[in-house]
Amino acid sequence: MTMKLSLKEIFPKTPSGIEGLDEITGGGLPKGRPTLICGSAGCGKTLMGIQFLVKGITEYHEPGVFVSFEETVKDLAANVQSLGFDLEKMIGEKKLRIDHIHIEKTEIQETGEYDLEGLFIRLNYAIDQIGAKRVVLDTIESLFGGMENTTLLRSELKRLFQWLKDKGVTAIITGERGESTLTRQGLEEYVSDCVILLDFRVIDQIATRRLRIVKYRGSMHGTNEYPFLIDESGISVLPITSLKLNHSTSSEILSYGHAGLDKLFKGNGFFRGNSTLVTGSAGTSKTMLATYFALSSCERKEPVLFFSFEESPDQLIRNMQSVGLKLKPFIKSGLLNIHSSRPSLSGLEMHLLVIHKLISEHKPKTVIIDPISSLVTVGNNSEVRAMLVRLMDLLKVNQINAFFTALTHPQSADYFDFTVDAVSSLADTWIRLTNHSDAGIRSRTLSIVKSRGMGHSNEINEFVIGDKGIKLKNNSSAK
Amino acid sequence: MDNEIWELRLYIAGQTPKSVLALKNITKYCKEHLAGKYTIEIVDLLKNPQLAEGDQIFAIPTLVRKFPEPLRKIIGDLSNEEKVLVGLNIRPVGIKNVE
Repeated sequence: MTMKLSLKEIFPKTPSGIEGLDEITGGGLPKGRPTLICGSAGCGKTLMGIQFLVKGITEYHEPGVFVSFEETVKDLAANVQSLGFDLEKMIGEKKLRIDHIHIEKTEIQETGEYDLEGLFIRLNYAIDQIGAKRVVLDTIESLFGGMENTTLLRSELKRLFQWLKDKGVTAIITGERGESTLTRQGLEEYVSDCVILLDFRVIDQIATRRLRIVKYRGSMHGTNEYPFLIDESGISVLPITSLKLNHSTSSEILSYGHAGLDKLFKGNGFFRGNSTLVTGSAGTSKTMLATYFALSSCERKEPVLFFSFEESPDQLIRNMQSVGLKLKPFIKSGLLNIHSSRPSLSGLEMHLLVIHKLISEHKPKTVIIDPISSLVTVGNNSEVRAMLVRLMDLLKVNQINAFFTALTHPQSADYFDFTVDAVSSLADTWIRLTNHSDAGIRSRTLSIVKSRGMGHSNEINEFVIGDKGIKLKNNSSAK
Repeated sequence: MDNEIWELRLYIAGQTPKSVLALKNITKYCKEHLAGKYTIEIVDLLKNPQLAEGDQIFAIPTLVRKFPEPLRKIIGDLSNEEKVLVGLNIRPVGIKNVE
C-alpha cells in the first residue's frame, strides 16, 4: 500500500448520504471512525442514522448495521416507510441488519465484575455477516438506564468506540442532549473525531431544525448553524453554497421579452445568468414585467419556474390575459411552471428548500420570484438576508436568469426598505417602477437604477398599460 | 416446584477470569441449594456468536434462569452469593427460620 501524505489521504471521508451535509463537511463523515450525533428528543437523530445506512446501501453499495437500543425492528421500519425506505427488503437482501438490544432492568441483577463483551460479539457478528461498512448505535446511552455500574459502562463504551475504529467501520453514535453537556453521559469526551449537534426550535411560531458541526478533527468544516429539513425524502441540509463568487459569466445577451424595455439597455437586453430586481409600490405592474420575462424565456424554449406568492396560477393567467399576455400555451407545453403558495405557510428555509428542489427537478433557465418581499414577512432580517444570498448563489451557479419583484411603500425611500436594500446589492440590474398622480392624471414611470456591465438609459420613462400590454412613451434615448 | 429441574444458562466469551469465576460460583451455589435438581448449560459466544441475540445478551458473564419462569438474568462474576440467590429466587438451604 502506498501512502500519500495529503490531508485527504490521512483523513478519508465517507459520504453521509444526507443532502448538503457532505458539502459542509467537505466530503462526509470521517471514514472508519465514529461520529457522535446529539440532540434533544425528536430532533431527527434516528432518522439521520437510518438515512446514513440506507443511502450507504442504495448509493454507495456499503452494507450497514443498525443497533437499536430503543425501537424494535418493526417500529423502525414502519417509521421510515413514508420516506420510501424499505428496510425489510434491505434486510432480506442481506445489505442491512437491525439488531434490537432490549434491556429490561426489572429482569436483570448485577453482582460482581462483568464487561460488555456480549455487545461486542453481537456487533462483530452482525458486521461480519453482511460485510458492513457502516454502523449506527442508537441510542447507546440507554445502557445507562438499564445498568448500575456506570463507571464500568463508561470504560466499556470507551473501549467500544476504539473497537469500532479498529474494525474500520464508519459509525454514527447518537446521544440525547444533556442539560449542560452535549450528551447526558458526556459521550462527547469519548467520541472525539466528529460531533454534530441537531437542534429543533420554534421561532415566531415557525419550527426550524438546525444542525451544527461542533467539531471535526483533522478537517475543515462549516461552523455555522445550518437549517435542515425532514420531508418526504428524508433529511436535507441547506449549506450556504460557495460564497466565493467564482461562477462563470456569460456575455450572451437575452431579451426581457419587451422590445421597448430591451432598448433601454445598450446591449438590447441582459446577460444570461443575470438577476434583475424590479421594485415598485402596489399596482406598478411588476408582475406584468415578470410575465414578459417569462414569455421571452418560453419563446427561446427555455423552461421557466415562476414562484407566485400572491396570486394563484389561474389568477395570474387570467390577469395577464387581459393585457394580451398568454401564458396558457406554455403551461400546456410544460415550459412554464407556476408554483403558488402562501409565504407564511412554512418557514423561510422550507421555502428555500422548495425552491432548491423545484430547481433541481425542473432545471429551469429562468426563475421568477414574485414578490420576493413577501418572503421577508416570515423571517427575521439576518435570516432573510442569508437566505437571499443563498438563493442568488444557487441561481448564479446554475446560470439561471433570475427575476425578482419587490414591493415598496410609495412614501418611503427605497433604501429604508429592507428587502430592496438586501436584494438590490445582490441583483445585477435594478428597475424601478413608480405610479404618480399629478393634476388628476396618474402616470407610470420606469427607470433603470443600475445594470452591471451594461450601459443603460438614465431617463425616467413614462409608460402606459393597454390591452396590448406595456407601451413606453419616449423610447428614443437608449445610450 | 420442589421436584422441578432448574434450567440455568451461563453465557461466557472464552475462558476469561470473570467467566471462570462465575462458573465456579454458580456451581457452588447450586450444589449447596439446588442439589440434584439443576442443569447448567454453558454458552461460549466466541464459538457461537449468533446465540447472543436470543437471550438479549450484552454483558459477559450473564447467567440466565430459563426455568422456572419468569426469565431472570444476573450479570457479573456472581461473587455475591446472597444477591445471586435473591436474583434467582432460590430458597437457601440450611436457614430454618427467618425472623
